[in-house]
Amino acid sequence: MHEWALAEAVVLTAEKVAKEQGLGAIQGITIKLGQLQQIEKNILKFAIREIIQHQRSLFKKAKIRFQNEKAVFKCRNCGRKWNFANAGKLNFKESEAIHFVPEVAHVFMSCPQCKSPDFEIIKGRGIWVDSIVGEKEGPDGSENKCH
Amino acid sequence: MDPRINVINKRLAGVKKIIAVSGGKGGIGKSTFSAVLALTLSKAGYKVGLMDLDFWGPSGHVLLGAQGISPVEDKGIVPPQINGVKFMSIIYYTEDKTLALRRAGFDQAAIELLAVTQWGALDYLIMDMPPGVGDVTLDVIRFMEKVKFCIITTHSKVVMETVKKTLNILKQLKIPIFGVVQNMKEKNLSVEMQIKRLHVPFWGKIDFDAELEGAIGDPKKLLETKFSKNVNKLIHKDSRNHI
Ligand SMILES: Nc1ncnc2c1ncn2[C@@H]1O[C@H](COP(=O)(O)OP(=O)(O)OP(=O)(O)O)[C@@H](O)[C@H]1O
Ligand SMILES: [Mg+2]
Ligand SMILES: [Zn+2]
Repeated sequence: MHEWALAEAVVLTAEKVAKEQGLGAIQGITIKLGQLQQIEKNILKFAIREIIQHQRSLFKKAKIRFQNEKAVFKCRNCGRKWNFANAGKLNFKESEAIHFVPEVAHVFMSCPQCKSPDFEIIKGRGIWVDSIVGEKEGPDGSENKCH
Repeated sequence: MDPRINVINKRLAGVKKIIAVSGGKGGIGKSTFSAVLALTLSKAGYKVGLMDLDFWGPSGHVLLGAQGISPVEDKGIVPPQINGVKFMSIIYYTEDKTLALRRAGFDQAAIELLAVTQWGALDYLIMDMPPGVGDVTLDVIRFMEKVKFCIITTHSKVVMETVKKTLNILKQLKIPIFGVVQNMKEKNLSVEMQIKRLHVPFWGKIDFDAELEGAIGDPKKLLETKFSKNVNKLIHKDSRNHI
C-alpha cells in the first residue's frame, strides 16, 4: 500500500492550509487524480480516513472528493499529442513502475508518430490537491476556499 | 497544491544527517565516494541510507553490485539493504533502461521518491547527485530542511575553478556546506589551503587508488580498498566534529 504515503501527504497539506488560513474545521478536500499514475482511489480514500481519525476536531466534517484527470502527452520532437488510451500496451511490471514513479513512462512509452521518448506529460500525471475548503475559526464562521 | 512536497520532511524526520554528495564536474568520484562512504559508515556501526539521485546516469547499483533486489511496499516504499545500507534508486523502476528525462521530469521523479520512501531511523542518509549543482538539484534540495552539501573536487585547476563557483552558489543560497573532499589525490598535491581560504570546511583527502576498479560491484571488496580506509578517517573526523 504505497498509497498510504500519498494519503499522508494530502492530510499534511490540509493541515498546513488550515493553519495558514486559520481554519477551525475542514469541510472538503478535493483531490485530482491523474490517469497516468493509476492511483487506487478507494485505497487512497481509506488511508486518508484512517489518518484523519486521529485529528477528529479538524476533519470531523471533511468530505473527500475525487476528480479524475485524463492523461495527455505531447511530443517535443514532432508536436504530436496523444492520450493514454492510444499510448500502446504496457505490461504489468511497466504500469506498476509508472504507478510508483510516473516519469519512468519515458522508458516504456514513446511518441506514436515519431517514437521519440522526449515528450511532455501535459496533464494527468499524478496526485494533486485541487482545493481545501473549511470554516474560519472565530465568531463569523465564514467559509474559506483555497486552491 | 502539490501534496508530496509537504511530506518530504516527515519522511526524513528519523534521519540525523543528510549529506548530498555533489561536485563541480562529472566523473570525479561522486558516486564512488557516496557508495563507499555509505558502506564504510555502515561497517562502523551507523544506520545508513544511500539514495541515487542521478537519474541520468545511475551508478550506485553498479558500485554496490545490487541485483535482483527491490523495495517492498509498506505505507510507502521501503528500500532493500545491501551490506546494511538501505539503497534507493530509480533503477528499480526503469529496469536499468535509459530514462530520457528533462529537467522538469527529473524534479518530479525526485520529489515522488522522496515523498514515498520510508527510511526509518538513520544516522546518515547519503545522496548521490547528478553532475552540476546550479540548475538541477537545488529545486529538489530546497524541500529538505536538514540537507548539507559535500563537494567532491580534485587538485585539477579545471575542477577547482568549477568547484569554487559551486561553493559560491551554495553560499549565496545559504545552503549549508558539510565539507569539501579532495578525491584522487596524487603525490603531495593538496587543495586544502585553497578551500580553507574560501572559509569552507575541508573534510579530507582520498588518494588515487589503482586497485579500486577491481572492487567495484562487490561491497566486501570495496570495504577493503585504500579508498575505504581513507573514508574511514573522514568518518572519524566527523564523529569528533573536527571538520
Ligand atoms: N580515488 C580514486 N582512485 C581511483 N579511481 C577513482 C577514484 N575515485 C573515483 N575513481 C574512478 O573514477 C571514475 C568516475 O567515478 P564516479 O563514477 O564515482 O564519478 P562521478 O563523479 O559520480 O561521475 P558522474 O559525474 O558521471 O556521476 C570511476 O571509474 C571510479 O572508479
Ligand atoms: Mg555519479
Ligand atoms: Zn513525435
